[in-house]
Amino acid sequence: MNYLEINNVSKSYGTKKVLNDISIKVPKQSIYGLLGPNGAGKTTLIRILNQITMPDSGQVLLDGNPLSPNDIAQIGYLPEERGLYKKMKVGEQAIYLAQLKGMDRKEADKRLRQWFVKFGIANWWDKKVEELSKGMQQKVQFIVTVIHEPKLLIFDEPFSGFDPINVNLLKNEILELRDKGSTILFSTHNMSSVEELCDNIMLINKGEKILEGSVYDIKQRFKNHSYDVVYKPFDGSGETRFTANSTNPNELIRDIIDKGELVSFNEILPSMNEIFINLVSSSNK
Amino acid sequence: MKIGIIIEREYLTRVKKRSFLIITFLAPLFFAALMFLPAILMTNSEKFENKKVIAVCDESTLFNGKLENTDINTFIYIDKSIDEAKQLVKDGVYDGVLYIPGTKLTVPTNAELYSIKQQPMTLTSHIRSSMKQIVEHQKLMSSGIDPAIVKASATTINVQQIKMSEKEGGEQKSFSEFEFFLGLFLALIIYFVIFIFGNQVMRGVIEEKTNRIIEVIVSSVKPFELMMGKIIGIALVGLTQFLLWGVLTLAITGIASTFLPTQDVFSGGTVMSEQIAETGVNTTDPDTLTEVFEIIHSINFKDILWCFLLYFIGGYFLYSAMFAAIGAAVDNETDTQQFVTPISLLLVIPMVCSSIIATAPDSSFALWMSMIPFTSPVGMMLRIPFGVPIWQVVLSVALLFATFIVFTWLASKVYRTGILMYGKKVSWKEIFKWIKY
Repeated sequence: MNYLEINNVSKSYGTKKVLNDISIKVPKQSIYGLLGPNGAGKTTLIRILNQITMPDSGQVLLDGNPLSPNDIAQIGYLPEERGLYKKMKVGEQAIYLAQLKGMDRKEADKRLRQWFVKFGIANWWDKKVEELSKGMQQKVQFIVTVIHEPKLLIFDEPFSGFDPINVNLLKNEILELRDKGSTILFSTHNMSSVEELCDNIMLINKGEKILEGSVYDIKQRFKNHSYDVVYKPFDGSGETRFTANSTNPNELIRDIIDKGELVSFNEILPSMNEIFINLVSSSNK
Repeated sequence: MKIGIIIEREYLTRVKKRSFLIITFLAPLFFAALMFLPAILMTNSEKFENKKVIAVCDESTLFNGKLENTDINTFIYIDKSIDEAKQLVKDGVYDGVLYIPGTKLTVPTNAELYSIKQQPMTLTSHIRSSMKQIVEHQKLMSSGIDPAIVKASATTINVQQIKMSEKEGGEQKSFSEFEFFLGLFLALIIYFVIFIFGNQVMRGVIEEKTNRIIEVIVSSVKPFELMMGKIIGIALVGLTQFLLWGVLTLAITGIASTFLPTQDVFSGGTVMSEQIAETGVNTTDPDTLTEVFEIIHSINFKDILWCFLLYFIGGYFLYSAMFAAIGAAVDNETDTQQFVTPISLLLVIPMVCSSIIATAPDSSFALWMSMIPFTSPVGMMLRIPFGVPIWQVVLSVALLFATFIVFTWLASKVYRTGILMYGKKVSWKEIFKWIKY
């Protein structure tokens, strides 16, 4: 079942077409990667989902129903450009933002304190935001994004500004949120995290969808039948490694075992990074 | 209601600031000081001064023994040269020496007061008036006129201006000087508060934009709610401040007046003593005191207060909506100038013309100034103490509120587009384009 469906959404600013007939389907409890170069229209699409801007045409369905202002409480959004009120105390501010998402003050207070303990930042509650480092502020922002237990989470470059240890912490949190039932839309340029986390992706460029599917299928589609082969020749001259292209791996293996002892035989799948660069640069031509 | 949460935050973060508390508590002290100081200085000045002994070195011999001694100033006539007298001042025998040089043919009109410390104005003015009296007396005597006749012929003429109204018995004494200053005072206050609080709105919007917290917030609330929440929250800060100022000023003046011996003077009359001092009326004069009471009673402070609040709210909302739009359109405070200046000018115009309006409050220029919504908050405040026909006030307030609704709507369109727009130098043309979106 799809939790989020975007059907034929288009948006223009003046004469500039920012989104052209975009459709995606995001299955429930999956992580969906929204990929594309800068200026591709990702932010506009995300703003449409957050009802910050309205599409010129097309429809967004959330859990089968058209998106309505009441859905705000169902969505958690961590924007790429994010910030907090510098002069406000951390706890107070987190409660304020949770309240804006429709949470009750007491409930927000309770849950926030639990999260603060979980992230090891309980003693920052009464500190002013300006006293925190950037990484610390990012943690607070992440908590604020998920505090109202939204069913749809939108993360725009969630890992920027985090050190590797905290990136790991965050990845685990994101996976845990998905396992608990959230559907996650994930926009990033960091292709390794896409491979690690995303079930499905969409690649857009200049407002057009140029690729869509599961990470596995896409890799299969873009593979160029090359194999990484390691074998020990019979003539006794140590292990040899080479890359072979072949549409018939059985034949390739047969050739190799005639010459020596096969050590390993792996298909080389293209990385998401390569697919991204190839597709975007060819669609720019 | 989410707008309530926004109003609460905007209000509380500002009210809890140290600067708010300082201004709230210091300003009434300042106001009270403004009210009391002139009265205190005029009535009690002698208490603040030490007793002084002034040596008089009178070469003309005309003043010997004639200068009036007061509670604190004692004049001692010495038969020494001025240089010797100065030495005595240096030695600390006298606080000062008054040197009146001798003249052969005419009566002396000059005197010099030597002292180590700067002497108060009261002393020199006392000397001046004493000497003047003596010299005038002398002149009259030498012309063979009895000074008593001159004294008896002195007359003061009072011209009382009475405002007529169509109503029976609605005649009132009018005191245009007082009303002039009251109007100016109110106009200045409304001018400053609109700017101060409007500016706070603008800075708040810029803060949210540069902080980038805006994107998180507009994913939770509508930009219009955020803008209105901010404007209303800051308006409440302003109203709280006025209320506290009023209460504290009354409390401080109340407490202060019980501690001051000249209670009868303070029991109401001194509230306006500052203005009276400005208009050159002597507070200690009992006639003037009753006049002060009459002035106060002739002015309908309740109506003025209501008008002030209405025009503050209307003017503030109108200007702060525009300021919010500016804040949303720019990336930082330094870029605001090109937009703020023309808008400020609208409010500056009636302020610049304040004396024209207040001296002729019923002229057509004054009428226009108090009708046009951009100038009416200041324009009407200048006119209001003189009494303005009720239909004019109603029309002007209605125009002001209608304009603020239209402008809030326009501003919200600019705001909505502007807050999410970064890195773009915005021009007026661009802003008008946003309104059309």
